[in-house]
Amino acid sequence: MITFAMRRVVQGMLVLAVMSVLVFLAVYALGNPVATLVNPASPPAVIDQAIKDLGLDQPLHIQYLRFLQGTLQGDLGLSYNSARPAFDLIFERFPATLELTTVAMLIAVGVGIPAGLIAGYRPDSVPGRMIGGLSIVGISLPTFWVALMLIVVFSIETGWFPTGGRGEVGTFLGIRSSLFTLDGLHHLALPALNLALFPMAMVTRLTRAGIQENLRENYILFARAKGLSPSRIIRVYLLKSVLIPIATVMGILFGVLLAFGVVTEKVFAWPGIGKLIIESIQTSDRPVIVAYLLFTVLLFTVINLLVDILCVLIDPRLSIAEAK
Amino acid sequence: MRRFARKYLNSLSGTAGLAIFTLALLAAVFAPLFAGQNPYDLGQLSILDSRLPPGSVGGDGQVFWLGTDDQGRDLVSAILYGLRISLTVAIVATAFALVIGAIAGLLAAQFGGVVDAILMRMVDLQFAFPGILIALVLLAVLGTGLDKVIIAIAAVQWAYYARVVRGSAMIEKNKEYVEATKVLRFPALRVMWRHLLPNSSAPLMVVVVVEMASAIALEATLSFLGVGLPITQPSLGLLIANGYGFMLTNEYWLSLYPGLVLLVLLISVNLIGERLRQMNDVGESR
Repeated sequence: MITFAMRRVVQGMLVLAVMSVLVFLAVYALGNPVATLVNPASPPAVIDQAIKDLGLDQPLHIQYLRFLQGTLQGDLGLSYNSARPAFDLIFERFPATLELTTVAMLIAVGVGIPAGLIAGYRPDSVPGRMIGGLSIVGISLPTFWVALMLIVVFSIETGWFPTGGRGEVGTFLGIRSSLFTLDGLHHLALPALNLALFPMAMVTRLTRAGIQENLRENYILFARAKGLSPSRIIRVYLLKSVLIPIATVMGILFGVLLAFGVVTEKVFAWPGIGKLIIESIQTSDRPVIVAYLLFTVLLFTVINLLVDILCVLIDPRLSIAEAK
Repeated sequence: MRRFARKYLNSLSGTAGLAIFTLALLAAVFAPLFAGQNPYDLGQLSILDSRLPPGSVGGDGQVFWLGTDDQGRDLVSAILYGLRISLTVAIVATAFALVIGAIAGLLAAQFGGVVDAILMRMVDLQFAFPGILIALVLLAVLGTGLDKVIIAIAAVQWAYYARVVRGSAMIEKNKEYVEATKVLRFPALRVMWRHLLPNSSAPLMVVVVVEMASAIALEATLSFLGVGLPITQPSLGLLIANGYGFMLTNEYWLSLYPGLVLLVLLISVNLIGERLRQMNDVGESR
């Protein structure tokens, strides 16, 4: 178990190193920030000064070393737009994204797993068929369009929910979150529902597929032959065996939510990192893009690591299979 | 082939999906014939017809079934042309991703060792991050435009094909008939093309359809976010984005109908994918 974890940590660090080079190279090729920051009609001396101030006159490898040094010290330079440290902007906005992502994940898993269980165990029953059909619609729904329609129906037409923004932020046990105020929850409802729809359909389908695969196995046939009740078969046998794919899915899901958060945050003007990255891409704000990418790479690597370890804890055979 | 078709049509939802998709394809190909006007020929637009609700009759007697936008553009025509662009991008991108992925998968299976290790680590790296994030970053680097969107989608999706082709090619590789080709000293290329690839076609087909749906959705999302297609090539995603600005003034139809068309298109492709998956008994890929 410990060797397994160690090997995964080393692998994760390798991924981080590779990604730091890729991120740097990718973003280095990204547009010319000077053109967006300084009026191109300014005198050459002004433009030269700007290039110098941003360190863009240095050769590529020097820029990379500076970048690496800065990254390790948690300093990626100032945002070209707001002249504030890039990492500060990310950390400032991450709680809003985390909040939205967590609530959406709870909705998705809370609805998706039971729905998948029903559809997987009784695929030909009426609810089973309905869930199957709805899950096809669910994976087909374009997130951004649903967001617009939610706003039309629930904000503009009925006026039940605000059209966007994050509500009042309350403090509870030292944690600041909009989950603790009514106004905050009121603002959170539509974006969280919007973000949850796609992963909800995904979890449903994966659970259903997992259940159906296992239903054909001999141990289930045997359990049935013994005359065990369906609820016992589901709880004791099936749930255990679909736990691993579901744990893996939770990891993937977090990524999907973070990624689609970009869309939801943009439409609902939710002040998280997704909205930040879109604005930064549109204005070629290099330091913020780099900070965002490094932050997500780190986040993903850690999540993947935790998921792998969790899977081994659930099913220790996996670590032996890996060693072979 | 005929048996395959008969078996496919045995399912109502699969047949419906195929019918709708064929209809969308025809509508896209023959858009100029069906559309009441060329929505991007400014000479055919009349500003007097701007922002009419669905069902209105324009100045010259033309009926705008789904209303018009702020420049007096017929929404039905705009959707037909948008469908054309969306489908073109999705089909071309899928074709690119399929070719690149299949080649990578075959190479990995055929040569194994270092080639396999490098290619599969690249696939792993790709799977560690959601597609839309990779596409966003690529577009930030490459800039926007039709060709760049296609590159970005292909770059996101090749890994799925590579994994599937490698997987089934690895299974085939150990079968006796492939060993026979080795005894006969057939060139590697011939073995890959004539034997390994055809035997991957069943699971590959499922992936092609599923990834086609996600290519359509990805393009629409990127265009909506303003990093996809330019305004001169209005896909369905861009039409929805344009309508976004008019939502607060209650001109909801500008976003509603292009979105419905997009939704129906995606459902039809996913229904086809679901049916093919059932027939091949392939598990959920992600």
